Amino acid sequence: MERPPLIEFRNVVKRFGERTILDGVSFRIYEGEVTTIIGLSGTGKSVTLKHIIGLLRPDAGEIRYRGTPLQTMSRAQWDAYIGRISYMFQNNALFDAMTVYENVALPLKRTTRLPRREIERRAMARIEQTELTEVAHKYPSEISGGMQKRAALARALVTDPQVVLFDEPTTGQDPIRKNAILGMIAEYKKKVGFTAVLISHEIPDVFFISNRILVLWDGRIAFEGTPEEMASFDHPFRDEILRSLQNLREDITGVYSARHFKMRYQTEFGRGGPEETYALLVFSFDNVDEIDREVSPRAAQETLRALGTYIGKHFGAVGGFTTRQTIGEFITILPFSDLEEARRILERFVADFQGEGLPRLAEEFRREIPTERCFDFAISAGMAQGKPLIELESVIEFARYGKQPIAAFSCGLRR
Amino acid sequence: MTRQPIPAEAPEGASPGPRPIDLPGVSALGRFGLRLNASLGALAIFFLHAAARMLHWKQIPEIVHQIYFIGAKSASIVALVGFFTGMVLGLQLVYVMNKFGAVGFLGTAVALSLIRELGPVLTAIMITARAGSAMAAEIGIQRISEQIDALQTMRIDPLGFLVSPRLAAGLVSFPILTAIFDLIGILGGYVSGVILLGANAGSYLYRIDESVDWSDVRGGFIKSLVFAGIVITICCFQGFFTHLRTDSHGSKSVSLSTTSAVVLSCVWILIADYVVTSFLL
Repeated sequence: MERPPLIEFRNVVKRFGERTILDGVSFRIYEGEVTTIIGLSGTGKSVTLKHIIGLLRPDAGEIRYRGTPLQTMSRAQWDAYIGRISYMFQNNALFDAMTVYENVALPLKRTTRLPRREIERRAMARIEQTELTEVAHKYPSEISGGMQKRAALARALVTDPQVVLFDEPTTGQDPIRKNAILGMIAEYKKKVGFTAVLISHEIPDVFFISNRILVLWDGRIAFEGTPEEMASFDHPFRDEILRSLQNLREDITGVYSARHFKMRYQTEFGRGGPEETYALLVFSFDNVDEIDREVSPRAAQETLRALGTYIGKHFGAVGGFTTRQTIGEFITILPFSDLEEARRILERFVADFQGEGLPRLAEEFRREIPTERCFDFAISAGMAQGKPLIELESVIEFARYGKQPIAAFSCGLRR
Repeated sequence: MTRQPIPAEAPEGASPGPRPIDLPGVSALGRFGLRLNASLGALAIFFLHAAARMLHWKQIPEIVHQIYFIGAKSASIVALVGFFTGMVLGLQLVYVMNKFGAVGFLGTAVALSLIRELGPVLTAIMITARAGSAMAAEIGIQRISEQIDALQTMRIDPLGFLVSPRLAAGLVSFPILTAIFDLIGILGGYVSGVILLGANAGSYLYRIDESVDWSDVRGGFIKSLVFAGIVITICCFQGFFTHLRTDSHGSKSVSLSTTSAVVLSCVWILIADYVVTSFLL
């Protein structure tokens, strides 16, 4: 039996003048889940959230909360409904004449009968949680954009709402705080069991905390399902996601983070048929532990970074994608390649690596070790053919099994 | 089924319908009347909503803050304007009354002019310029930066939070400032009429005491309360609905709302002055 939705949109239409923003939007939001709405800018994501909180009303269609249309709710029902929801605005909407503390405490002061000390305790707890203690008595204009965002987040969560609507909560945050905010949402959901509706451009990071994904495209819902199902989503928006991942990789070192690699893997092969194949290459830096121990952790890391960058950029140019699997190991996937093709690509890589990659690596290594010391290192590679139906870990294991040395460096000599 | 052809002309004998009369002036007047009616209705509803939310203990700190902003901070400018208004009155009236040998009635003329008319009107206009414009701009900025929407999402009534304390503070501050204006104005009349132009001091003060009735003071206070309602409602209304302006957007709409707030307040102060005076007399 299908679960009853908490919030349901039924053919919602919203026009601003001549422009139709939502053109028959229908979707469901389930209790206790994190639902993320993604889509290009200007596709009506914020407009959708504003309909849920009652800031906008649909021109046609209806929105239901636990089966009751919002339009037919009595005043008491509406108050009870809106009392369970909190909204974090895209541009924060902090009161600029109030301090951060006053902003966070405001909903408690005005809508509850809590004693002053309890209000202070709850507000300060949220402020501490969002790392704003030092700026609690500053005005929004005196703090950074990222801090303003966190102040808005603290204000949205201070009343312990059952449903929270987040309009781009991580925009403008540094990577550490971005992950902290997403982590906070996930943790809060686990602890309180609230329902969250999130608008985010942080693809694929949001997928890891989302139970369901909605894609808004051209005023309609183009996709509704789990992040895993999203991999088989055949739509122009999927290409946009791939492009953004591509940019993300190229901007850094050519090597994906584990999360981005997994996302790319799912996006590439999630909708693939059982006969689709890919080649997987494993590269290992064999004596990284020894260098780490005997020379310095920095020497090991810098050399590995240089190796990863070389592998990532080389295979990225032919459509592959790479991640760091373990401390001294990289894996590369060559989509839609068979073993024969992968072997030819690897041979070219080995030739290039020995010609220009290894000297560069050796130079990086020498810079980190004392001149009188002499150290060796070796790089091995293995390959295997994979299919979407086979566990990725099994394919990696198989590639490891067939590893062979492809290059070595011996105290200034290379083989 | 065959379709009946539509006759090109009305059948013979049928009377032609009334032809519409094209009177652009009349239709424009009608449109203006409808717009005015709708605006006044909206203002009245806005005022009633705000007034209904004034009396709540949670409003007290904000009302006190607004009394400080509207009242205390306007006192000096109101006193200054009051003093010079009184001086000008004294100056003009001494010359005019000299022609009729009625300088002895200078106190009566200055005091009644100030208490019944000039005090409430000029005080209201000064507060509009100083505090009303600031209110419209502040609320307008809060509107375009979604702070008012944020209040709604937090279940905080924006009218109760933003407008009611200002309205309450206006109703307290306007009569007090009017009283200050009247007193300082009478003092200004004394300075120019008695000290500078030599009218009799005893006569000036005696005539004030004799001619100013409690009903004059009450009338002045009634006017100041009416003006308080008008000024606060119009200024807050303009700011509150800044986003609905069709002639501009963003910061430009805030500036236009502020201008409209001041202009409309001044116009409605004078219209209301006439109406209230006609009821009081």
